[in-house]
Amino acid sequence: MEGERLASGSSELAVGESPRGGAPIPGGSGSCSLLQADVLDLDEDEDDLEVFSKDASLMDMNSFSPMMPTSPLSMINQVKFEDEQDLKDLFITVDAPESHVTTIETFITYRIITKTSRGEFDSSEFEVRRRYQDFLWLKGRLEEAHPTLIIPPLPEKFIVKGMVERFNDDFIETRRKALHKFLNRIADHPTLTFNEDFKVFLTAQAWELSSYKKQGPGLLSRMGQTVRAVASSMRGVRNRPDEFTEMNNFIETFSQKINLIDKISQRIYKEERDYLDEMKEYGPIHTVWSASEEDLVDTLKGIASCIDQCCKATEKRMSGLSEVLLPVVHEYVLYSEMLMGVMKRRDQIQTELDSKVEALTYRKADADLLTEEIGKLEDKVECANNALKADWERWKQKMQNDLKSAFTDTAEENIRYYEQCLATWESFLTSQTDLPLEEDSEDKI
Amino acid sequence: MEQTPPDPERPLQPAPLEPLGGHGAVLEAAGEETQGTREDSSGVDTMTGNNFWLKKIEISVSEAEKRTGRNAMNMQETYTAYLIETRSVGHADGQSVLTDSLWRRYSEFELLRNYLLVYYPHIVVPPLPEKRAEFVWHKLSADNMDPDFVERRRIGLENFLLRVASHPVLCRDKIFYLFLTQEGNWKETVNETGFQLKADSRLKALNATFRVKNPDKRFTELKHYSDELQSVISHLLRVRARVADRLYGVYKVHGNYGRVFSEWSAIEKEMGDGLQSAGHHMDVYASSIDDILEDEEHYADQLKEYLFYAEALRAVCRKHELMQYDLETAAQDLASKKQQCEELATGTVRTFSLKGMTTKLFGQEAPEQREARVKVLEEQIGEGEQQLKSKNLESREFVKNAWADIERFKEQKNRDLKEALISYAVMQISMCKKGIQVWTNAKECFSKM
Repeated sequence: MEGERLASGSSELAVGESPRGGAPIPGGSGSCSLLQADVLDLDEDEDDLEVFSKDASLMDMNSFSPMMPTSPLSMINQVKFEDEQDLKDLFITVDAPESHVTTIETFITYRIITKTSRGEFDSSEFEVRRRYQDFLWLKGRLEEAHPTLIIPPLPEKFIVKGMVERFNDDFIETRRKALHKFLNRIADHPTLTFNEDFKVFLTAQAWELSSYKKQGPGLLSRMGQTVRAVASSMRGVRNRPDEFTEMNNFIETFSQKINLIDKISQRIYKEERDYLDEMKEYGPIHTVWSASEEDLVDTLKGIASCIDQCCKATEKRMSGLSEVLLPVVHEYVLYSEMLMGVMKRRDQIQTELDSKVEALTYRKADADLLTEEIGKLEDKVECANNALKADWERWKQKMQNDLKSAFTDTAEENIRYYEQCLATWESFLTSQTDLPLEEDSEDKI
Repeated sequence: MEQTPPDPERPLQPAPLEPLGGHGAVLEAAGEETQGTREDSSGVDTMTGNNFWLKKIEISVSEAEKRTGRNAMNMQETYTAYLIETRSVGHADGQSVLTDSLWRRYSEFELLRNYLLVYYPHIVVPPLPEKRAEFVWHKLSADNMDPDFVERRRIGLENFLLRVASHPVLCRDKIFYLFLTQEGNWKETVNETGFQLKADSRLKALNATFRVKNPDKRFTELKHYSDELQSVISHLLRVRARVADRLYGVYKVHGNYGRVFSEWSAIEKEMGDGLQSAGHHMDVYASSIDDILEDEEHYADQLKEYLFYAEALRAVCRKHELMQYDLETAAQDLASKKQQCEELATGTVRTFSLKGMTTKLFGQEAPEQREARVKVLEEQIGEGEQQLKSKNLESREFVKNAWADIERFKEQKNRDLKEALISYAVMQISMCKKGIQVWTNAKECFSKM
């Protein structure tokens, strides 16, 4: 019985857990983190900047923070997830979905409440309403600004099965939980948390957001970028460093496996639900039978009651699955897609550099101009690579923790399920085998 | 009813054989009386039967074998033959000695049972295991040649023989004795009893069921009970099969984790070992369902036996209705003859009759003719009264004996069903314990990842 079921997020998926909180990691990943001055001594390091270009046009355009020189890998050892809780200064909740009907369309908005102690925010509390489109916009902006950072996944746009159920309650609730997770993951990300678009998303009123959205690079230039991107990806990357090839291989295998696990887990949920349905019919038959058997009433009713208890335990087991394992696994399915996108973008950036280098060998006339461009691109590539490397380590660690914890919880849930059922049947057995003697007398017919 | 010495191949614990003078003593009188309905030669034979059963015996259907042979139409066919072994156990040393061993096929068992049904209509005759696999869930094949089905049938046939052998009345039957001891010629012997001719026609029985006016209320209630029993057990078995199917699905899908975890562990440095061993436990979990469901299949067989017993109960009720209807018809006949006689004797015509009409139209008949007719009627009345008396007696005997066996059956049923239901709980407990163990192991592996 292979799990060949749909992989997309069906409405029974519920994203229930809130991510572990995290403030920017002291000296954490990436080259563009804001670090509070008292955490890390900046002044001495500034002269040793390596990984670092002052040309903002090639770097993170939307971060208003001075960039920090860090050798990301050396900082990894200082990463302590426990510290993140204490340093968290941005709290976001997504709730209260509401339906909006206009002449053109119907859509759902979600309320987003932000509480923060950060100085950059004008106030300490914000409440706004956003629709899915706005989340998509934010994600796009983050990807543009940080092409090689691992952006948290958004819940899917459509559910493959049952498009008609776009506004059904389960679907909305599942999506809400996923959106909540999405924003919180961004808030926990050492670099993304300080992204300007993110701030605007959290704080601007509806009309403000609309006009802000229009400010971005024009449609044409975006198209131009896309064309270049497609062209370069078709040419392929020639000089991919080994570590990224390794990373790519990992991502491919991981993606395969996590997709399978997603299918298997969903199939298990379905089989458990079918099992529950049959059990619900099975129990009462014993009660019906007890009506025609004088001497077996207790035994039969006892069994009916045990089966009923087991049904309840099964329901609990199923809800554990749908609230813990399924959402986490599915999130990593989306992450794996995201990662493949990240790898592509990294490759694109490198290809840009490679093609310019190649051009240099042919077009001696423009040597100076090209050399300057190459210099910038080299910086860009290095920055992108380092950003990815650091974020990769961070992501991998989180992935292992999340999946380990989800599976451990599932195992625990299953243990509890069997323990409950065991207790039920054992107490039934005791009641049956300790019956007083008159029940067994042969005089009773 | 005591237990036979444990047979390792037999998970069911049906009522075993017991020596005469034990539990069967209560029904001995009834048993001997009913033997009056059998052929005269039975006198000698039952003596033989009695002596045979003085020792404790063990019966087992120990093997099943596929065979090919030629059937009645001289066509080749494949069938399964079952080896029946009978051992006598000496009182003193408890050692068993093989006394008889022969092969029988299912159709011969059917023949035996049909014979018993005809000659012991007041007995709730133990049922045979099902002819074809029913209430299957997807894993079991419905094929009669499937080894699992054959094995379960072997157990069912053994159970049947043990039930018959431990029945205080049936155990003394000569044909049953020969079934266990005389391989060749047994079929001819059974057919020679002419039991098929003695069987009540289905049509007759149906007719009686509809027309009987005053059946014993207990039998009417019993009929309703057996209908309910059949209906509820069928429903239970159907749903149980579906539950089994679903449970199988849950367990087996987990097995997929095993393979995927193993492949995933290849790319993970720190998590690799934990994943790999967790995957192994998922495989263990997935394969544990096979044994669990096999055990449950035996439980289903125990319930099935009582599903088929419901039909045996109904057969006894039908016989009662038939006899009662017969009695009522005879009584009615007699009453109308008496009335006719009276009318002729006194010359009064109280009821409409053709004779009366023709008398009116064509004139009265001569006194000699009338007297002749009265004499004939009086003779018939006399005979009728005799018949009615003996029919009445027969009917009362039947009711008494049948009800005695029904009481015995009820006790057996309560005991057996309770035991089966409790064994179901035991199975569930074992399944839960296995589950706890596997998932505890898996959890440890996950937490070490």
